[in-house]
Formats: sequence, structure tokens, C-alpha cells
Amino acid sequence: MATQPAAAIETRDLSISFGGHVAVNAVSCAFHAGTLTAIVGPNGAGKTTYFNLISGQLRATAGRVLFKGADITALAPSRRARAGLGRAFQLTNLFPNLSVHENVRLAVQSRLGRGLDLLRTWTRHSALIEEADDIIRQVGLSARRTLRARLLPHGDQRKLEVAILLALRPEVFLFDEPTAGMSVDEVPVILDLIHAIKGNRDRTIILVEHKMDVVSSLADRIVVLHNGELVADGDPASVMALPIVQEAYLGAANV
Amino acid sequence: MSILRAILSGDPPRGRPLALVLTAIFVGLAFAPLLFPGIGALNVAAKICYFVVLAASYDLLLGYTGVVSFAHTMFFGIGGYGAGLALYDLGPSWSSILIGTGAALLVAIALALVIGLFSLRVRAIFFAMITLAVANAFSILASQLSSFTGGEDGCTFRLPELLRPGFRLVAGPFAISGRLISYYLVFFAALILFLLMLRIVNSPFGRVLQAIRENEFRAEALGYRTMVYRSIGNCLAAAAAALAGVLSALWLRYTGPAVTLSFDIMLDILLMVVIGGMGTLYGAVIGATIFVLAETYLQSLMAALNHATEGLPLLPLLFHPDRWLLWLGVLFVLSVYFFPAGIVGGLQKRR
Ligand SMILES: Nc1ncnc2c1ncn2[C@@H]1O[C@H](COP(=O)(O)OP(=O)(O)OP(=O)(O)O)[C@@H](O)[C@H]1O
Ligand SMILES: [Mg+2]
Repeated sequence: MATQPAAAIETRDLSISFGGHVAVNAVSCAFHAGTLTAIVGPNGAGKTTYFNLISGQLRATAGRVLFKGADITALAPSRRARAGLGRAFQLTNLFPNLSVHENVRLAVQSRLGRGLDLLRTWTRHSALIEEADDIIRQVGLSARRTLRARLLPHGDQRKLEVAILLALRPEVFLFDEPTAGMSVDEVPVILDLIHAIKGNRDRTIILVEHKMDVVSSLADRIVVLHNGELVADGDPASVMALPIVQEAYLGAANV
Repeated sequence: MSILRAILSGDPPRGRPLALVLTAIFVGLAFAPLLFPGIGALNVAAKICYFVVLAASYDLLLGYTGVVSFAHTMFFGIGGYGAGLALYDLGPSWSSILIGTGAALLVAIALALVIGLFSLRVRAIFFAMITLAVANAFSILASQLSSFTGGEDGCTFRLPELLRPGFRLVAGPFAISGRLISYYLVFFAALILFLLMLRIVNSPFGRVLQAIRENEFRAEALGYRTMVYRSIGNCLAAAAAALAGVLSALWLRYTGPAVTLSFDIMLDILLMVVIGGMGTLYGAVIGATIFVLAETYLQSLMAALNHATEGLPLLPLLFHPDRWLLWLGVLFVLSVYFFPAGIVGGLQKRR
């Protein structure tokens, strides 16, 4: 029917309320392949909650989520992940007692569907191992590949979080403040990686980010959430110029 | 060396002290009939063998997947009753053993699946309670159906001729008795089962189980259907426990609630795993060995100490053989205190 290809991700009137509090309120928005959309908004605006609805950690109280035109509102997070929705979490969310390499390998292994292999030692799966090592090299963690995740410094944990997402090679990347808490010299590594993904035209990136310089250098488009509602949507320059954004965004920065 | 590594699924014991202890246990069990003559010692060795399997299979749940279940002796019992009742009802033949084992595996896996599907979704504490209730119900059932199971008294049966104590493979001074054959059957079966479990925990699947233990939420976000993985883990652990039960029945030529289903055994397995070290199958080996040895020999050791300290004040009283349970308790408290990560954890750290 549609002449235009379906959006990679589309939400229609997507809402969730916790008790009486509406955290995401009827957000309708489409994200297309080959674009990087930044979602901005003050603390508590509902950005992470919106991500949770898209990747399935939370169930919507109303509205729908479409992935390439198919309704995925009722699917479990694992199904969505296998379909090609990848998520990096704002609060680092790793396997703390497994090594860096194992953390990444688990993601590669999931993508390749090797999880149910019971009878071969994992060391035999050299393809998994090499790919995991490759990704670890990209984020600059090679020197720490055998260290347990919980022993990593915070910045490295953030890098590992990103490495796990890269290992999933999803069609849709959901980055939730990937550089938060990183030291200034670590940030460019992650931004370069995101930039590299962006070069691949069939990938879709949605990025929640507070740092305005990051947003303006990477994003093709900015979506502003405020009190759970989508209040602005457009190209970076015009969105940044809107009074409501100045107010909402600078309001948060002053907190 | 690389063959040994492959047999151990690329996960050899880390650190020399641990490797030495494990080698000693392995040699002790492999040559038990030569090293420790006497039927009593052989009983202990065989018991260690099948308890290693039982404890290791429990660690698959507790240590690797982070699932707390109290139904593990039920699966052990299903194996024991499966083999025992088949031998009793169908006659002492190898095919009875096979049929009994097969039936026990089916029942164990089916039950594990049902328990898992109904209750793995609920909170861990409720899962533990449900397994406790199911295990209890099963044990009452086994006692009540006395015409079928022998009730509280259990059931004594005969083995195929080759395995009977009276059997001699060759006559003369180097006689190979049925008892010896039984022992090696138990030993090698236990060894193979242990190595198989070691393989499973070191497979891609095993890593997913650990991932679920570490962070189920994230495992799900990576695309793993954690329910499926946990259910399979549950079924594998149940199957291994049932096979340990078969081995115990073959060795004891008896099956009954006290030796397979009792809650005491559940606590024993729990202690073996915790003392040896959770999340490492080698911990189950060490835990089971220490536990069975302590349980068997502590009493006589104390009798000896009681004798030796005769005349001294207080000490003989303290070492009275009747107090062996107290000392066992003290030993456990000490070991948990000094080795919070289990004995394996302690031995590895010393490296
Ligand atoms: N599971 C939950 N239960 C109850 N309230 C929740 C839950 N998750 C989020 N909220 C509430 O929803 C609102 C939006 O939170 P959310 O984490 O999505 O904000 P955010 O935009 O990601 O903020 P930040 O910039 O601080 O990360 C907040 O008021 C929060 O308290
Ligand atoms: Mg957030």
C-alpha cells in the first residue's frame, strides 16, 4: 500500500502511566533508516521510559510501537532484540562477574543464535571469539578483555555497554546517554563509533543525550520531550531556536 | 595436555593447590578398591561418586543459573525408584535397568519442565517454596503408595548377575568380583556425567545460564529467552540428579525414602555445594568428598580422640562420639567463615 518504505521505528500515541503519573504521553514519532535522531529534554522528561517502551522493558498502557511497519507492542524484549532492536542502557547494565570478553561474546552469540549449543566448548567457537575481540578493540578495551566487568572503572563500563550494543549489530540503535559519566578524553571514542554506524545507511540511530555539542554535531533531527510529551521535532538548527526548547532545555541545565 | 584440556572443556582447575586436591580425589576414587580395601571404604568411595554427580547437578541450578530449588532430592529419588522398581518388578536384568533409567529420566524431565513453566516466572523465594511443596508431596506419595514403592521401608532388589556381590569374573587370587564391577560402573558413569556437565557449563549455553544469574534483565535485552534457558537448565539438572539416583540404587541394591527423598539429603547437597564453592563444578567434587568423609569418619575419629584424651578434664566429654553432629556443624561454620567463596574459591585465591 505505502509507497514510502515503512519507518524503522514508529510510535503512535504511545503512552504509559505509573499510577496516576503519565510518564510518556501520546508520543507519535517515526524514525527512518539512515538517520540519527537525538531525543532531548530535562531530567524526568520520560526519555528513558520512551526507550523502555520501544525496546519492550515496559509495556505501553496505550498506543502502539511499529518496527518496519509491523506491530511489536506486545512482543517481549528478547523478541524485539532478535528482530533487530538494540539498546544501550543509561544506567550501566552488564554481567558484573563475567569478563569483558564474555560480556561482548554473549551479545555476538545471541545475534548468531548459538545460545542453545550445549555440547561444544565455547573456546571452539572461534568466530564468536574473534568478533568479540574485534569489537572490544574498537571501543578500546583490549587491554582489559579478561577483567570482570564489575572491576572496570566507570568510563570503561560505559564503553563496554556500547560494545555490547555494537555486537548485536541491530538495525535500530537506542543509545541512552552513552557518554554520561565519561571523562572528556573518552567521549570522542564513543562519538566516532556512533558516527561510523551512521555512515551505514540502513541503520537507524536514536540517541538520548544531554550534551548539546554532541547533539548538534551528530544529529540529523532533534525531538524534544517534556513532561512525557513530544513538544518539538525538526532539524537541529530550527529546533534549538524554538523558545519552548530554550526554556525546557536550559531549564534542565540549570537544575 | 591439550587432550586433557579438551576433556575438561577448556576449564581445568585454576591454581596448583586446587589441581592437587582434585587429582588426589580422582586418584583416590579411581583406585579405591586397591588403595582402600574393605567393603566399608568402597561404600564410601561409591557414595562420593554419586554424590559428586548430585551436588554438581545442583550447582548447575544454584551456582550457575542462580535458581534456588529444594526439589533436587525428588529427582534423585525418581532415579533411585525408577531403577529400583524396574529391577524389582521386571526382574534383575540389564534391560530392566535401561527401562527404569529411561522412565526415570522421562518423569524427571517432565516434572522439571512443569515446575519450571509454572513457577520460574514468579519471584525466586516463591519458586523455592513451590519446589519445597512439590518435593514434600512427592515424598509423601512415595511413602503412601506402599504396594508400589515399598512405603517407608523402601524396596530391596537384585541386580543382573554381573553386578552381584557373589559373582566372580575370574577365580583365584585376582578375582574380579561383581562388587568391583559395580564400583567401576558407578565410578565411570559418575565421571562421564561430571565431564558432561563440565562441558555444558563451558558451552555457549552455559554462558547464557551464567548471564541469567548475573543479570537476567540484560540477558533478555540481548535477545535470550531466559525462561527457555532456565527451563532447559532445570531439566538438565533434574536429569543428572535422576541418573545419580540410578547409580545410588545400583550400588545400594536398595531404594527408599530415607536414602533418596529425605529433606536431610537436600540440606546435605546444599552444604556440599556451598562448602565446595558455588558456580564451579569442581566445588561440588570437593564439597561432596569432604562431606561424605566427614559424615562417615568423624564419629570414629572422635571415638579415637575421646580415648586419647581420657583422664584429661573436659576434653573427653567434648570429643564424645555422640557429639559428632555438633562438630560437623562447627566444621561447616568454620569453612564458610574462612572460605566465603567456597573451598575452591579459597584455593584459587592462594595462587
Ligand atoms: N518504573 C517506574 N515506576 C514509576 N515511575 C517511573 C518508572 N520509570 C520512570 N518513572 C517516572 O517517569 C518519569 C520519567 O522518567 P525517565 O527515567 O524516563 O526520565 P528521563 O527523561 O530518562 O530522565 P533523565 O534525563 O534523568 O534520564 C520520572 O518522573 C520517573 O520518576
Ligand atoms: Mg533517562
